[in-house]
Amino acid sequence: MNKSYAEQFYYLMKLGRVFELRAKEEYMKGNIGGFLHLAIGEEAVHVGAVLGFGKGDIFVHYREHVYALARGMEPKRVMAELFGKITGVSKGKGGSMHLYDPKFNFYGGNAIVGAHLPHAVGAAYARKYLGDTTGVLAAFGDGATNGGNFFEAINLAATWKVPVLFLCENNYYAIGTRIDRASPFKDLYIKAKEYMPVKQVDGMDVFAVFEAVREAKEYIETEGKPYFIEALTYRYEPHSMSDTGDYRSPRELKIAKERDPIENLKKVGLEKGLLTPEYIKYVDDKVQQIVEEAVEFALNSPEPPPEELYNDVFCEVCIDVIS
Amino acid sequence: MLYREALNKALDEMMEQDKSVVILGEDVGFYGGNYKVTEGLYAKYGEKRVIDTPIAENSIVGTAIGMAIGGLRPVAEIMTVNFSLLAMDQIVNQLAKIRYMSGGKITLPVVVRMPQGVAKQLAAQHSQSLERLFASIPGLRVFVASDATTAYYGLKFAISIDDPVIFLEHELLYPEKMEIEEEKNFSPYRARIKKEGEGITIVSYLKMLHDTLKVLPTIEKELNTTCEVIDLCSINPLDVGTIANSVKKTKHLVVITEEPKTGSYANEIINKVLEEVFYDLDAPPLKIAGEDVPTPYNRKLELMSIPTPEKIATEIIKWGKKHGI
Repeated sequence: MNKSYAEQFYYLMKLGRVFELRAKEEYMKGNIGGFLHLAIGEEAVHVGAVLGFGKGDIFVHYREHVYALARGMEPKRVMAELFGKITGVSKGKGGSMHLYDPKFNFYGGNAIVGAHLPHAVGAAYARKYLGDTTGVLAAFGDGATNGGNFFEAINLAATWKVPVLFLCENNYYAIGTRIDRASPFKDLYIKAKEYMPVKQVDGMDVFAVFEAVREAKEYIETEGKPYFIEALTYRYEPHSMSDTGDYRSPRELKIAKERDPIENLKKVGLEKGLLTPEYIKYVDDKVQQIVEEAVEFALNSPEPPPEELYNDVFCEVCIDVIS
Repeated sequence: MLYREALNKALDEMMEQDKSVVILGEDVGFYGGNYKVTEGLYAKYGEKRVIDTPIAENSIVGTAIGMAIGGLRPVAEIMTVNFSLLAMDQIVNQLAKIRYMSGGKITLPVVVRMPQGVAKQLAAQHSQSLERLFASIPGLRVFVASDATTAYYGLKFAISIDDPVIFLEHELLYPEKMEIEEEKNFSPYRARIKKEGEGITIVSYLKMLHDTLKVLPTIEKELNTTCEVIDLCSINPLDVGTIANSVKKTKHLVVITEEPKTGSYANEIINKVLEEVFYDLDAPPLKIAGEDVPTPYNRKLELMSIPTPEKIATEIIKWGKKHGI
C-alpha cells in the first residue's frame, strides 16, 4: 500500500463525511428536501470501491453522495442538486438519489432497490459487444440481495459472461429490518457463489476494500465474467433522515463506531508512515472549506426556471412534429 | 406479405444499416420468435445481436436500458403485453424517467415491442389490451401498428429516434396478409386517414381498425352517410389536430378500442378531442370498448367481451339513428 493511495483515501473519505454531515444540517434547516440517505460509516466501501475500480461504468443505489464525490463529481454541483438548484448535476430534477454524469461514467443513483443491477449487466454487454473490455461496477445494499432484480442480474451476467463487479454493501439493515429476518443467510456472498467467484471483505477497512475491488476488476476484465464482493459495513445514521433508527441498540452502534473507517485509516496510516499529522490537518481544513463553498454555491444558485418543468422529458431532436 | 413480415423487414433493415441495433427477448433468437417476427435474423446477424434471454421480463427491459447507456439501440421483445406487467418497474420507473431525472444527460433509445389484445380462447392472463397503462406515463412514446405500412415505417421510426418507445402490435394481425404502401416522410406522430368521409369520424387502431373497415359499407348504407376512418399510429403523443379537423367537418365522433371501457385510453382521446371541438359536435361522442370483465376462455363469452365487427356496426347504427344522422 503506498502513500499516494492512503492520502487519496483519507481525502475522499473525509470529504464524504464532512459533506454528508453538512448536508444533514442543511436538511434540518429545510434547505434540502425529500429523502436524504447518509453513508456515514460506510465511506471505506464507497471510496475503496471507486478507487479500486478505476475506469469503467458505475451504477449505484440511492446512498450515493460519497460514490459521486469519490468519482470526481464536483462537491458544489452535488450539493446544488441536493438543494434542487439548476446548477445541480441533474439540474435539480433528480435530487439526492439521482446523481448522474456520463462524463464520469456515473449512472446514478437509483431509488428502486436493485433496479440498477440489470442496467449494469446491459451496459457491460454493450461495452463488450462494441469491443471494449472495461468492466462495470454495480453496488447495492444487503436488502437488494433478497429481490428479483439481484437474482435475475447475477443469472444473466453469468450466462452472458459479462464483466460486472457486483459489490454488496452489507450494513445488516434494510431500513429497519435486520438481514436475518429477511434472508436465510447472514453471509450474503452465499447467494452468488454458484454463479461467480465471491469474496467477503471488511468494509470498515478501506485498504481491504480497495485491494479486493482491484483484484476483482482485474478478474472480470481478464476473464470477461462477473465477480461478487460482499463488504461488511455499518451505517451510523438511520436509513434516511425520516427514520428514527431506534431498531438498533446504542451498544450495537457504539461497537460499530469503535471501528470507524476514517479513524481506522488515520491510525494505520500514521503507524505505517503513509499519512502525516500535517497532511491530516491539511485535509481536515481543506474539506471543511470545500464543503462550505459547496453550501454557499448551492444557496446562491438559482432555482430551475419554470420552462425546465417540460425540458428533458423527451429528446429535443425527437420532438413532436405535431403541436 | 404478412403483417409480421413487415415488422421483420423493418428490423432487418435497421440491423443491416446500424450495427448498434440489437434485439433481445425470450425465444427471439435460435427459436425464431414465438410469433416469428424475428425469424431468420438470428441466422443472419448471430447470437450477439439477436439475444435470447431467460424468462425475466424485468431484466429484458432492464438490460436493454443498460445496453442503451452502453451505446446500443436495443429492441426488446416482450412475448405478449401480459408479461410486460413483470417489467413495469423497468418501464415506468426506469425507462420513462431516467432522462428527466438526469436533467437530460442520459438518453435511452430503447424500443419495447409487444403484441396485445384478445386472440382466441387464451383466457384472461393472455388476452389483454393495456395501452392505457403506457400511454399515461410521461416519458414514453406509445406507437400502435395497425397494418403492414405502419408496422414497417413505425418500427423503423421507433428504432431511429432517441426516445423510449413502447411499440404495440396485435396478436391476431401477425398472420394477416397485407402490403406495405409506399410512404414518403412517414411520421407516426401524424394519424393516417384510412378512408375519407363526410358524416362520421371514426377513430381506431390495431385490430379494431380492421373490424371497423369490414362493416363500414353496412354502416354507411344504414345511416346514409360516409365515414372518415382515422388510424392512430401513435397514441402518445396523440395527433389531436387531425381528429379535430375531421370532426369539425363530420360533426360526429366515434372512438373504438379493445380495452375495457372503464379507464380505457379511448376516454383520454375523446377528452382531448372534445376540448377542441365540443361546440362543433351534433351528437355526444360514442365510445365502443370492451366490457369491464377479465377476458373469459369460452369463445362465445370471449366475443361478448370485446367489440366485434357486428357489434361495431350495431352500436354505430343505433347511435346514429338516435341522434338523427
